[in-house]
Amino acid sequence: MAVSADNVLRVRNLSTEFHGDRGNVRVLEDVSFEVGRGRIVGLVGESGSGKTVTALSLMGLVPTPPGKVSAELIDLDGIDLAKLDADGLRRIRGRDVTMVFQEPMTSLNPVRRVWEQVGEPLRVHRRLGWREIRGRVLNMFEMVGIPEPKARLDAFPYQLSGGLRQRAMIAMGLICEPKLLIADEPTTALDVTTQAQILRLMVDLRDRVGTSIIMITHDLGIIAEMCDTVNVMYAGQIVEQADVFELFDRPMHPYTRGLLASIPKATEKRTTRRLPSIPGIVPDLAKLPGGCRFRLRCEHAMPICQRREPGLIEPGEGHRVRCWLHETEEAVRQAETS
Amino acid sequence: MLMFVTKRILISIPVLIGITAILFVMLNVIPGDPVALMMREHASADVIARVRAQMHLDDPVLTRYLRFLAAALQGDLGHSIKLNRSVTQLIMTAFPNTLILAAAAAAVSWVIGIPAGILSAVRRDSLVDRFFMGFSLLGVSVPIFWSALLMQYIFALKLGWLPVSGFYGPEYVILPAIVLGWSSAGVIARLTRSSLLEVMHLDYIRTARAKGLREIGVISHHALKNALIPVVTIMAIQVAGLLSGAVITEAVFGIPGLGRLSVSAIQARDMPLLQGSVLFATALVILGNLVADILYSILDPRVRSHLGKATT
Amino acid sequence: MSQSTASIAEPVNLEDIRAASFLRDATTAFRRNRLAMVGLLFVILLALLAIFAPLVSPYNPYIVDLDQQLLPPSLHHWLGTDNFGRDVLTRIIYGARISLVVGIVPSFISLVIGTVMGILSGYVGGRTDFVVMRLADMMIAFPSLLLAMVVMYTLGANLFNIFIALALVGWAGVARVVRSQTLALKEKEFIEAARANGTTQSTVMAHHIFPNVVPTLIVLFSLSIPDAIMWESSLSFLGVGVQPPKSSWGLLVSAGEDYLFQAPMVAVAPGVAILLAVLAFNFVGDGLRDALDPSMKG
Repeated sequence: MAVSADNVLRVRNLSTEFHGDRGNVRVLEDVSFEVGRGRIVGLVGESGSGKTVTALSLMGLVPTPPGKVSAELIDLDGIDLAKLDADGLRRIRGRDVTMVFQEPMTSLNPVRRVWEQVGEPLRVHRRLGWREIRGRVLNMFEMVGIPEPKARLDAFPYQLSGGLRQRAMIAMGLICEPKLLIADEPTTALDVTTQAQILRLMVDLRDRVGTSIIMITHDLGIIAEMCDTVNVMYAGQIVEQADVFELFDRPMHPYTRGLLASIPKATEKRTTRRLPSIPGIVPDLAKLPGGCRFRLRCEHAMPICQRREPGLIEPGEGHRVRCWLHETEEAVRQAETS
Repeated sequence: MLMFVTKRILISIPVLIGITAILFVMLNVIPGDPVALMMREHASADVIARVRAQMHLDDPVLTRYLRFLAAALQGDLGHSIKLNRSVTQLIMTAFPNTLILAAAAAAVSWVIGIPAGILSAVRRDSLVDRFFMGFSLLGVSVPIFWSALLMQYIFALKLGWLPVSGFYGPEYVILPAIVLGWSSAGVIARLTRSSLLEVMHLDYIRTARAKGLREIGVISHHALKNALIPVVTIMAIQVAGLLSGAVITEAVFGIPGLGRLSVSAIQARDMPLLQGSVLFATALVILGNLVADILYSILDPRVRSHLGKATT
Repeated sequence: MSQSTASIAEPVNLEDIRAASFLRDATTAFRRNRLAMVGLLFVILLALLAIFAPLVSPYNPYIVDLDQQLLPPSLHHWLGTDNFGRDVLTRIIYGARISLVVGIVPSFISLVIGTVMGILSGYVGGRTDFVVMRLADMMIAFPSLLLAMVVMYTLGANLFNIFIALALVGWAGVARVVRSQTLALKEKEFIEAARANGTTQSTVMAHHIFPNVVPTLIVLFSLSIPDAIMWESSLSFLGVGVQPPKSSWGLLVSAGEDYLFQAPMVAVAPGVAILLAVLAFNFVGDGLRDALDPSMKG
């Protein structure tokens, strides 16, 4: 990641906690990352790692009675989202930063026509009349590749296939020409062929329109195909951050290495070898093991890992990791004695 | 769409016929001489015999039933011996009054119930919520005759704001409509509340919020339209409850409607009148269910496409 | 800080543990529900009053004393007297006997009929299901009160016939719920297993389906009681229910109607009793439903 790159989003120390029966649970801890303009940034991790909560926290969609979002900085192209109140966030939502969700089947209102829903951000944020909205929705439909777009305008969601609905959702996310589009597992609920189409569409849109995208997924294959930079999340923290090629060539964090090793490779000669998987399970965020959150599953765990949580360091240019393995001897010694 | 409606109507017909059969059997296969019971005071033997012959009471049950059914299909629901008028005519005179009462009560229940339900859902677990839900609970727990008497006592006898009984003008409908509508309002409020709460958790509500809509916008443009679908269908089904309640309300407030007609039919042991009025009332209920089904299909486009899809 | 250790306990007689803990969870859930407990307390109080009516009532409900007609509430007569000089409170306590019995017995009968029909319909399916469900549809189409009135007309107005009338009104609703539960249960594996073993249909229904439906039945029963109380009181109010000299709350209200202006208590007080009883049973029923079978909500 070039240090002086033009960033459309800069997040510093985003933390989100939920107040529940078991007390306060911090589901996100000091998440920091950047999204370069016109770049696709991946956010990868298992379910429960905090990827979706990150997105919801950025959008201001975390219900604030049980939840609480705090950040040092959430700079969206000059506007600090962390300092906005609920109404301010609402104005940004759907206009400057938009989101596409995982379930196209249920994310659309079944009793309203598709064009009304796709065009709604225009009504809310730009106060356009319905005739103009219809026209713009038609344009968007063409842009996202919905066949027979004119006929599809008046359709109800149940009349569209999963792939078409997701295209409509993407249209909805782009219709206000946002600075940032957050896609939360947009293809997980689709079949493989449709998946490929939707991903290709997103890259294509980025190329044509220049939208910056945060791609949330658990699928490393998608990361490899689409993303420019990657953030690996584990148990509410970012554990590794790098340019995509760098990440796949030289993964630093044991978790990332474990993930990469567990991808079945078509070129593997020995088909009898068992697919390696990371032992153990994701820790309960209410009962963290103390020290590094990954240490119970890590084959390289050292005494320091139990004592102190590692911070995010940058051993290589643009490549950050949260792991004692990559800290200097000196830093480890200092941490051990204090 | 037309196919859907037709299919629905066709299904209702056997139910209606079945009901006439049940009703007929219940009222005509009783031990004891119905005519003698009807005419207890003037029980001369040949009068009884004459009336029996007139009513074909000595024919086999099936024949009598079919004759009744045939006549009913042509609009003739029998003849009231006691009042010496055609049952159909009596019903047609009484029904409009019940209709007015029921319509007013329904209006009361919607106007109170739906906003109450919405407010309760939006301000869940607040004082407003508890108040409305308590009010609704009372509505379904209070016996109608009791609330009728209470209202009568407070507003008519003590305060004198409204008339006690009778049916001579619009002000006579107010108290009965409130009494009858109260329990309905309770049901509607609860249903609206639970339906809205359920809908608010669905994915497309999250999408609406992600688009930057204000909470009011989310509710009015997305949540309500979905949440009110079951409420609307319930309203049509409430016809049965309204008719039952009307019986008592009319009795207490002296309204000459279908309900009071049925009660006096029982008290006078006027079998044809009882049969006719209950049959009519039940037909109304079935009609109400039919309307509910059709309404539901109109409101939910998903159902529209599945022709004749059975709901529930 | 705590380490997550996974240890699997020795599975000892899972069936017993499951049943015992289900019951325990249910009881705890119910006890935590304050409204339900209050309702239960009231129901018990009511039952006790009804059973021990002669011992508890301040006066005799049958003796007429025209000197004490229509007295307002006072220290001697907490709720006043009626037009025959009889103490209203006493009349209400005695009336509880009939009202409670008429609440409970028909509910039970309709429960039995509805359960049998529902399980048969759901499990056997086919033509039986069709016939039973059509029958149930028809019963449900009748406005309840009118149906009950017709039955009372046919059979004559007395206490026993009220049982029949209300049971007829209530069975169809029970049958529907039981049927849908049966249909759901039918798909479960243990039914398939039983059938694979060659168990007869009736045994499956009795020994496998029925026990699993019991929690729902308990809830249905307790929620049917307030309905029955309401219907009976409506019938009696109209004069086609319980007949004098027997007395139920509904009858008391109708008797007081004529004196509404002079002595409102005579009509109002029994109505309050009905209201409280209905509320109490509803709270208990809701509590039971939340504790035993939350899926029945809404």
